Order: sequence, then C-alpha cells, then structure tokens
Amino acid sequence: MNAHAPVPSAATPSTAGCGEVAIRQERGQRAVFCGLTGIVWLHRKIQDAFFLVVGSRTCAHLIQSAAGVMIFAEPRFATAIIDERDLAGLADMNDELDRVVGRLIERRPDIRLLFLVGSCPSEVIKLDLGRAAARLSRNLAPAVRVLSYSGSGIETTFTQGEDACLAALVPEMPRAAADAPPALLVAGALADVVEDQFARLFAELGIAPVRFLPARRAGALPEIGPNTRYLLAQPFLADTARALEARGATRLPAPFPLGAEGTTRWLQAAAEAWHVDPARFAAVTAPGLRRAEQALGPHRERLSGKRVFFFPDSQLEVPLARFLARELGMGLTEVGTPYLHRGHLAEELALLPAGTQVVEGQSLDDQMDRARAAQPDLSVCGLGLANPLEAEGLATKWSIELLFTPIQGYDQAGDLAELFARPLLRRTRLEV
Amino acid sequence: MQLTVWTYEGPPHIGAMRIATAMESLHYVLHAPQGDTYADLLFTMIERRAKRPPVTYTTFQARDLGSDTAEIFKRAAAEAYARFRPQAMIVGASCTAELIQDDPGGLARALDLPIPVVPLELPAYQKKENWGASETFYRLVRALAGPAPAPGTPRPRPEGRRPLCNILGPTALGFRHRDDLSEITGLLGRLGIDVNVTAPLGASPADLGRLGEADFNVVLYPEIARAAAQYLQKAFGQPMVETVPIGVGATTRFIEEVAGLAGIDPGPVLAGAPSRLPWYSRSVDSTYLTGKRVFIFGDATHALAAARIAATELGFRVVGLGTYSREFAREIRAEAALHGIEALVTDDYLDVEAAIQAAQPELVLGTQMERHVAKRLGLPCAVISAPVHVQDFPARTSPQMGFEGANVLFDTWVHPLMMGLEEHLLGMFREDREFSDAAPSHLGGKPRAEAEAPAPTPEPVTTVTLAPGLAVAWAAEAEKELRKIPFFVRGKARTNTERFARERALPLITIETLYDAKAHFGR
Repeated sequence: MNAHAPVPSAATPSTAGCGEVAIRQERGQRAVFCGLTGIVWLHRKIQDAFFLVVGSRTCAHLIQSAAGVMIFAEPRFATAIIDERDLAGLADMNDELDRVVGRLIERRPDIRLLFLVGSCPSEVIKLDLGRAAARLSRNLAPAVRVLSYSGSGIETTFTQGEDACLAALVPEMPRAAADAPPALLVAGALADVVEDQFARLFAELGIAPVRFLPARRAGALPEIGPNTRYLLAQPFLADTARALEARGATRLPAPFPLGAEGTTRWLQAAAEAWHVDPARFAAVTAPGLRRAEQALGPHRERLSGKRVFFFPDSQLEVPLARFLARELGMGLTEVGTPYLHRGHLAEELALLPAGTQVVEGQSLDDQMDRARAAQPDLSVCGLGLANPLEAEGLATKWSIELLFTPIQGYDQAGDLAELFARPLLRRTRLEV
Repeated sequence: MQLTVWTYEGPPHIGAMRIATAMESLHYVLHAPQGDTYADLLFTMIERRAKRPPVTYTTFQARDLGSDTAEIFKRAAAEAYARFRPQAMIVGASCTAELIQDDPGGLARALDLPIPVVPLELPAYQKKENWGASETFYRLVRALAGPAPAPGTPRPRPEGRRPLCNILGPTALGFRHRDDLSEITGLLGRLGIDVNVTAPLGASPADLGRLGEADFNVVLYPEIARAAAQYLQKAFGQPMVETVPIGVGATTRFIEEVAGLAGIDPGPVLAGAPSRLPWYSRSVDSTYLTGKRVFIFGDATHALAAARIAATELGFRVVGLGTYSREFAREIRAEAALHGIEALVTDDYLDVEAAIQAAQPELVLGTQMERHVAKRLGLPCAVISAPVHVQDFPARTSPQMGFEGANVLFDTWVHPLMMGLEEHLLGMFREDREFSDAAPSHLGGKPRAEAEAPAPTPEPVTTVTLAPGLAVAWAAEAEKELRKIPFFVRGKARTNTERFARERALPLITIETLYDAKAHFGR
C-alpha cells in the first residue's frame, strides 16, 4: 500500500507579492495535529490552570498519544467525553458539563483558571462553551475563573491551539493606566529558562517593564493599554495579536528569536522602540552572540550545503528555514507551513534566500511525491511520516520536538542546530 | 459525559485502522476532520511500522462544513483508488463525521469503483477500539469470504491433503501479535496442520475470499475475531477453536482441541517437556513465589489467561481480576468467582488504582497504565495486555502464546519480583539517603520529572560534591538556573560547569559561567 504512484498535482499555483520568495497554496489531505495538542505544553506553562477538553474519545486518545508519559503524572488536563446520552439534548449536556466541572474542581482545589476547550464534536453539535464558561465562572467565583477557546481540528492546526488560548486570555488582562510609561509585552509561551534569559537581556538593555503572555500564574496577567508595545515570540499568534491590538497594543515588527541573527534582530526591535544606545545594545548582546557562534560552528561544518525539506506542522517552518539557510548554510528544497501570516512573517520572508519555495497548506500524497523526487538530505516532518520516510531512505527530523525543546535565544542556538544535525550524524555512524 | 485523562481503548475507527493496517492491498477512506491523522503515529512510532497506514483522511475543516464535505469525501475516495489501486476499500466516518451525517457508504457507492467497497458503521459515542476492530473484520469477512455453501453441505477433506485451518485475529498494534502468530503457526506445523489464511495480519482481500477452503478456524484473539469466526461457523460450517493458548495448560488444551478437529494425534507434540515453565516453577528457587498476592487487569483474553497461569502454574494467589473489555464481562466474572473474588469491569483507571490499593498486591499484572500505578505505589509490575507503549513492541521474539510464550511469561513476571527482592535487600543494608535518593529506581516512584504536577514530594536535592581542597561555589541565581535544566541531564550540567570553573580557577559559578561552560562543552 501507499505506493509512490505519481499523481498530477491538484494544487493551484499562486504567488503573493512577498519579495523574491515563491509562495504557493495547496489543498487536500493534511497530516497535521489539531489545536488540542497545544494543551500538552500550555498546561505546564500556566501553573494553576486546568484544560478541560469537551470532546469525544478520539480527543482523549489524541491527547494521550501526544502527551506520552506526561499522562501518567497528575497532568492539568482532561477530557469530558461526550457520549450517546449527551447527544440526545443540549440542556442535559450543560448539566452534565457542570457536574463534570464540579467533580474536577473538588478533586483539584489548587486550580485557579479553567479552560473549556472546544473540539470538533462539541463545535459540530454547537455546544456553546462560551456561555458555559460564563455560567461556570459565576458559579465558581471568586476561586476559579473559567474561560473557553477552540482547539478543534476544524478550526485550528496544532500551534493555533496556543493562539486561541492566549487570545482568550487577552480580554482578561488588566487595563493599564492611560498615562503609564511604555511597557513591553512578549507574547507566546516560551520555556521558563528561555523566558528568564530574555528577561535578563531586556533588563540589561534598560527596557522595562517587560511582561510575558502567558504568565506563569493565572492571577499574574500583565497589564495592557495603548502604551503597550508587544513582540511576538512565536509565529503562530494571529488571533492573539489581533486581540492585543484591539486593546490598543502595538506590535514591534521583527523576525523570530531563532538562532543568533533572529535573536539579535528580535531584541533590536525592542531596543529601537526604547531608543537604546547602539553601543549598549552591542555590549549587552556580545556575550550571547559569541557563545552562539561558538556553539553553531561545529554544526555548520556538518550541515552546510545539505538540503532540507519542511512538511507543514507548526508555522515555525519559515523562521526555522531562515535560520538553517542563513546561519548554517543549508539549502531549502521546500518550506511547507500550515498557514502563512504575511504580516507577522514579512521580516522572515525578506530574509529567506531568493527563490525559496514556500507552500501554504498541504496535499499530503503530492507533497510526499515531491519530497521523494527532490531527495532532500533532511526532511522535517510529523511522527506519522518520519519512519515511513526513513524507510524510503530519507533522513528525517520529527518536528514536534521543536515545540517541547527550548530553542529560542542565543544560548539555545547550538541546541537548535543540533536537533537538525543529529539525525544526519547518526546516519553516518550506523554501519548496519 | 465522562471525565477522563487516560483511556484504555481508542475510538472504534482506530480499531478499523488496526485491521486495515494489518492487511495488504486494502485501503481505508476515513471521513474525519483535520487532526485525526494523529492515529498514524500509533502505527509508525509505537509499532515502528515502516509504512504509513493505508488510510486516506478527508481532513475537512470548518470552512468545508455544509454540503462541501460530501464532495471532499468523494474526491478523497476517488483519488485514493486512483493512487493506490487496492483490491478492496473500507469507508467510514470518525466521531465528528458521524455527527455531520454524510453517508460514506452511499457516497462511495455513487463512485461505482470497480472493487468491493465495504461501508463501516462504527458508533463512536457508544463503542470503542476493540469493538471497531471486531466489527470491521466481521464486515470484511462477510463481504469478501464469497458465497456460502448451502446449509448442511458436508466438508469432506480431500484424500492425502493435510488438515487446513485459518488463523484469525492478529492485527496491527496488537500486543505481541507478531510473535504469537509465528509461535502458533509453528505449533500447528509440528502437529501436521497447514495454515490456509492468516487474517487480518498479512492477508489481502483476495485471501479473505479463500477462507472457506479451510477445515476449521483458530481464533487467537476473541475480542477481534470471534464475530467473524461465528459467521464462518454458521455460513461455511467451519468449527472454531476458541481456547486461547496462553500458558502451559491452555496451550495443551488448545493442542488437544485442534488435534481433535484435525483428527490427528497430539501425543508427539506434547511429549517431553515442551515448555521450561513447569520445571522452573517447581525448582526450589521458586518456592518464595508461593501465595504471592497478584492483581490482574487487562483486556479479557489476557486477563483470563493470566489469572489461570498465576494461580495454577506459578502458585500465586489472585487477589484482584478485572478488565476494560465490557464485551467479556461475563467470562471475567466467572473466572473471578473461581478465585473467590469479585471481578472489576471498568474503563476508569481511577477505579483500577483504588482497587489495587485496596487489594494490597505484591505483584501487579496489567497494561501500561497499571505499570504506572504500580510505579507510583512502589509495587513490582509486569505488562500483560494492551494498551502498551513502544517498549512492548520489542525487537526480540517474545510471544505470549504457546510453549515459548509460557517461558517468556515466567521470566517477565518473576523478573520484577526478583528485582523487588533485590531492592528490598538494598534498602535494608544500604541506608544511605543519598544513594536511595539519587538512584532512579525502575520500581519506586521517586524520580519525578518536572513535567509532573506540583507534588508534595520535594525536588530531588542535588548536593554539591566537590573534591576536597577545590572550592567552587554556586551563586544562588546560578543554582536556581541549574534547577531549570531537566533532572536527567542536570547532573551532567553541574559536573561540567564545576569542571569548567575549576579549570579556570573561578571561585564563584554565575549564570554566565553556567552558559559559558555550556557553550564550551557543546554536545
């Protein structure tokens, strides 16, 4: 099965006016996670939040498969599985949801923020989780705040689940005083260690106050107002950005902080907004740049000249491709991405090598055919594709690791490069 | 609505995928929203399959809802046929597509493909994975096994032909199905019985068309193949053997039954000592196993077999027996009654955990979930049933069935007890706090990842152990930074940083030093 029969591409070529980069849209079968998967890293970030998926057994099974061994701890997520009785009538279903939430809060009194997470089934039957959240919030106030967002596959792809979650948090952020001094907000969940590194760098640059969204605790949401300037730490935050701007915040355009160059340009966007003296900026970033350069060197030797193919997954593909091309000298065969936010990625697209093929969306079998034809040295793809491609002789790097591993900032640049170098190194080592 | 974190079984379409993936030249077109493709990784990662499952998902999105989704299904089915040219296709819906009420069967019929297309009705809000597998296999057998002979038609065996049977039940993602199959096939061969068709694992739709040629059917996994075998019994007059050959006693009974149906003498195969389990169990070293309290949970087939082996072949005392397979509750209750206990039929792991705690066993035999419950409770444990994780799809041959399976079971179950004894002795003689804290045990629940919820147990305390005379101190901030590194590499990071500092005669390790060292050592 799954033979490599060549099938003519059904994709409709269309190029958008983004510099020298060729952008094409494709529709068809998509091998991607849904937004529910975001819960797996978000629940670790917001330490007193609980994520309750309202969905089917499939949803529970998906999260179980994605969460791996985490499921065996006391994770702060669960699924309320809709069954046959629930489908009989909507009124009954809201009572059921209240019962489940009641039981949950009893068991976990440490929870301060509860997310009701919508799924494909809950959306198709039009269960109004927004209203349920408002009702439950009233009932559980003041101990627990209840919010809702959609992580369904019909609405969201993988990391868009984080976008939907953060966008739901934005209306909860306290309003900053009108005459408050300018404040910097960094939007996008980062590993704590990365967040702390950035906080130190901003402090050394004299940029203050700096706050992060999401905050580590539900009650510590940053203030927001017309004086807020925000930097996106992740490329998949379209709705969050819109919500932040609806509250008056202004985005600082920048590439994403992946690799030494990305990190420098990202920091620079804030430094310019705060009129940081260029000499000071150079002095503060010099140690990080030096360490990143030292860490990247050996990987550059291994990766330079190698060709990489990205299957769409997280929307991190374009910034990662930029990092691999510019800092490690890799060639880009095809850069697939589930969605391409032209505005947020303008700075990234401008840095991609001329002629780079960017494909938004997916038609899985056609894309696999293209990968087979291109024979890239490395394919970045999901877990469902990795072993089959390896068995066909293509080296792969599974992409979900890029969401769970700290990869942003100067001191992670080497680790990031190593994630791509390791599969190739391994291939050279194995003699059987 | 049921509040759940862990599920023993996936939804029924995962069961259908297990059948499709097990077979050759069969393609599954699944009407499902974007995201349901996660199921591929169960096969490519956990079972380490080298091919994508033969499944085309329609992966519809919100913008497609409305009349569009039916069109998407038809296009996906037509393209899947054109690309893969399967001998037959199955079509169906996942939980969400079930709600939007497109009719995959009808839509596929409208395409008028030149191959059999078998529609599946898998009620996702009532049924689960094993039921889905059973139903899918049954539907395929009904559709493809060919016209049944008139009722009562005799089934004479041609002169000189060896007895011929089908082996039914092994699937993709089945716990040890690969090795069970080779063990049982070998056993039947030694008896002088040939295998006509093995299905679903390795069979094509055309192979299913030959099922009727066999003299009888061997049902290895009743959860999956009983329904199909019952159909073949009724329609084709093929008797079935349903004794599951797990354990020495059950294997012996299985051989006797099979030999009876085939009209041959089982004596030569049963002669001698075909399994080492009986002698190992009788050897004096095993005396300490007597009366060990064991708690058993899993799918019905494996739980039933385990209970009998535990009680009659290893001399344990069964203090708990349960299953998540509601379809087999009656059998499990009857078996539990034999041990003087009440069966636990549930798919709620919290109930299982409570039952384990109440029963106070000395050994837990269960699934991946029980393995973790046992770890938390500090109890020895062995895995006997799906769901299992990647380590239970081993590279080495390790069947559960047949005589070699019995050998594997003896080793697998006794091993954690031996290790338990070792652990106990170590604890008695080595009351070294640092030793027991630092050594991550495969049994004790001590080394907890930072991924876990804030637990009352404090973080493992890592103490600075410097060679005397070489004082290097950690700045409080740097020490805090170090804690952010995952525990399993933290020790290495600490050692490297301290070495780095010593080599440069730095008296104080700061955050800068930490990262300088990281950059220096690289990886």
